[in-house]
Amino acid sequence: MSDIILEMKNITKEFPGVKALDDVNLVVERGTIHALVGENGAGKSTLMKVLSGIYPHGTYSGDIIYNGEVCKFSKIKDSESLGIVIIHQELALVPQMTIAENMFLGNEKGKPYAVDWNQTHAEATKYLRAVGLTESSHTLIKDIGVGKQQLVEIAKALAKNAKLLILDEPTSSLNETDSKALLDLLLKFKEEGLTSIIISHKLNEVSYVADDITVIRDGHTIETLHKGVDDISEDRIIKGMVGREIADRFPKRQGVKIGDVSMEIKNWNVYHPIYTDKKVVDDVSLCVRKGEVVGISGLMGAGRTELAMSVFGHSYGSNISGQVFIHGQEVHMHKVKDAIKHGLAYVTEDRKGSGLILSNPIRVNTTLANLDGVSNRGIIDQDKEYAVAVDYKKKLSTKCPTVEQKVGNLSGGNQQKVLLAKWMFTEPDILILDEPTRGIDVGAKYEIYCIINQLAAEGKSVIIISSELPEILGMSDRIYVLNEGRIVGEFDRQDATQEKIMGAILKSTNK
Amino acid sequence: MKKDVTLDVSKEAQASPLSRKSVLDFVQKYTMVLVLVLVAAFFTWQTKGKILLPQNINNLFAQNAYVFVLATGMLLCILTGGNIDLSVGSVVCFVGAIGAVMMSKGMNMWIAVIAMLAIGLAIGSWQAFWIAYVKVPPFITTLAGMLVFRGLSNVVLQGKTLAVKDAAFVRLFGGGADCYVPDIFHGEGINILCLVVAAVAAVIFVAVTFIGRANRLKKGYEVASLLSTVIKSVIIVALIAFFSYKLAKHKGLPTALIWVALIIAIYSYITSKTTIGRHFYAVGGNELATKLSGINTNKIYFIAYANMGLLAAFAGMLTIARLTSAQPTYGQNYEMDAIGSCFIGGASAYGGIGTVPGVIIGAILMGVINIGMSIMGVDANYQKVVKGLVLLAAVIFDVVSKRKQS
Repeated sequence: MSDIILEMKNITKEFPGVKALDDVNLVVERGTIHALVGENGAGKSTLMKVLSGIYPHGTYSGDIIYNGEVCKFSKIKDSESLGIVIIHQELALVPQMTIAENMFLGNEKGKPYAVDWNQTHAEATKYLRAVGLTESSHTLIKDIGVGKQQLVEIAKALAKNAKLLILDEPTSSLNETDSKALLDLLLKFKEEGLTSIIISHKLNEVSYVADDITVIRDGHTIETLHKGVDDISEDRIIKGMVGREIADRFPKRQGVKIGDVSMEIKNWNVYHPIYTDKKVVDDVSLCVRKGEVVGISGLMGAGRTELAMSVFGHSYGSNISGQVFIHGQEVHMHKVKDAIKHGLAYVTEDRKGSGLILSNPIRVNTTLANLDGVSNRGIIDQDKEYAVAVDYKKKLSTKCPTVEQKVGNLSGGNQQKVLLAKWMFTEPDILILDEPTRGIDVGAKYEIYCIINQLAAEGKSVIIISSELPEILGMSDRIYVLNEGRIVGEFDRQDATQEKIMGAILKSTNK
Repeated sequence: MKKDVTLDVSKEAQASPLSRKSVLDFVQKYTMVLVLVLVAAFFTWQTKGKILLPQNINNLFAQNAYVFVLATGMLLCILTGGNIDLSVGSVVCFVGAIGAVMMSKGMNMWIAVIAMLAIGLAIGSWQAFWIAYVKVPPFITTLAGMLVFRGLSNVVLQGKTLAVKDAAFVRLFGGGADCYVPDIFHGEGINILCLVVAAVAAVIFVAVTFIGRANRLKKGYEVASLLSTVIKSVIIVALIAFFSYKLAKHKGLPTALIWVALIIAIYSYITSKTTIGRHFYAVGGNELATKLSGINTNKIYFIAYANMGLLAAFAGMLTIARLTSAQPTYGQNYEMDAIGSCFIGGASAYGGIGTVPGVIIGAILMGVINIGMSIMGVDANYQKVVKGLVLLAAVIFDVVSKRKQS
């Protein structure tokens, strides 16, 4: 009988309108490294947030059994006190503070009214050495590289007396040498008895470190593979990750004639706005035609959003170079206003953060990007505005009592429709839809797909950015695969398969 | 949780107009108006009706004219994201000082007026530049302005009081003994012009309301029920009648009130009917989304603070006219009166929410509390305590109701 440290039983977690986790089971043996794999949005991070108490007991159903006892965590401190420590994908360190201060943040040594700095630095140094860092504990976080910051996170976790370490995409921002060092460190800690759960997209790394691999897809556990028992090759894992049927989840687009090229991007380069020597988009060239739906596939952080936003009036990035041609003419779009004028629309992936004004009614949100369309010399015709909002509400069958309803009170799918309405009202020729169906349920997704088809039928060009491979495959006429800022593959609809796309991404990552 | 909210609303839409839900909605929408009515009733009782004497009604508007003007400008700053302008009190003083010096040198009052407004706009633009384009936090920028212009006021006035002797200027901007619009009808014991203006205003209000409603009906848009429109109109007309009668019994329309009404009308229109007004709300509601909608958000910040300077200059003119002098201490705590009125009047401390009429209600509420307590003879120090607590209560209300929504 193996020694089970953690068992998560029948975990179900719902968000408004979506079931993020549906009856998920996870069994982790003591002293092993357990990998969680799955596509973006499959539910891996949500599962780990349930485990660490970020989603407190009561907001999900199912049991967490840790060391043989049922646990009901209501906050992160509860899980940490039992030795469950999570390290998030985005580093949670304060750049202006020293390594030692960061390591004991919220967990300060000494008395609340008198921090014992000697003890703090002594212990910090001890844990730093344990993870193989030779830096002084007085060094500021901002002065060390990302790789070392990740190691500091691990040292911080050790300082919390971690028994079960959860790492969410620990190597996503690291180069190969740093990644290797980190993985070897995990293997070393495993020998010393530490249990780890690692979430990763990099399957070569998963094959390298993991003893067991659990595949999650669409909020369900699909299978758990054991090293030495099952085949854990990358191909086998990919099959588990993507192996679902694409049934009639996507409405057919019939008789849409694909016309001339409407927009062409040539040799597009974009650098990070803050770390200006980091190239985010690397020599990208692509085109889209009238009536065509083009998919851009790739993992999170591949540079898809950055590409779209930099084209859309330089809303992202610095030192942007390259050419954009619209209807054969070269255009320069330095402001969002220019982009809108040239018939471009960008529907953001973050509808709450950068898409809608949640405290305002549907009417106001619908016209925001084209107020001139309902006003005369700067004076809004409120009756006309109302009529426009009602018109789009009907066209997109947005479910709401009136268009005076606050957008914040709508479900995700209806919010997405309002966001689409807002951009359709700017009468664009080319629409870039960034994750158009993120976080909305299946029925609403279908309606969004119908709207996309309708737009294509009207002769508009649509670019869909999506992490969901079936969506890309089901909706696109042509697919570009983006990885690490570069186009690493282009497929026609009939040639594309999930395996090919995943293969293109993974092959270029491993290089 | 969100689902529930959506459901509730759809139920509400089907509910009858007088259901409990709609009463609750009414209370929520007009909270501050109801509070104002209650507070006014309280003081009427406590002062045995003295607060309703024509003299006191007149003072309510004349004394607080500067608050109405400043609060209107402050609203635009607050709309952009809960940002405030701390410099307005000092700017009021500084601009007033310059105007007083110019007029004391015998300069034409109109030149002085234009100079004052221009200086106010220039000061506003100076601060607005740092806030909008260099992204210096508004709090810091205007705190600096508060110190700078208070200091400069002292320099300009050399630390002394300077009388404003231009009688035309004083009368026009609401100071001195006869700062009232002359009664061209020469009424005996009652100012007929005041009543006529009020009657015209009431007729225009009713006409605009009902013609607008009829037009919307004709075009097939949704309208509020006839009953609620009638009730609303009756209340507004009754209020106009009441106040105009009181003012007419006193000395007529204070000129300051005319200016205030003009400012309120202009800014109500801008904030509710124009694209630029909409942009203010959008920036405060979600700056990123606004930027991605092709709106120049920096420009909106700039306009808010530049405009605040202009209105501070105008308030400066009202202040030196009313007090017929300029002093280096004028305008102290004016920024707090303006900010307080905005938050009490329902502006959100997070930005994006608030209306000019709401802010005016807030300012009137503050004014009623001031006058009421003064008549009751409450110690000035306790008056501050009460005003502070009222402000805190208003913001707590905003924060808590926001939290319930999310």
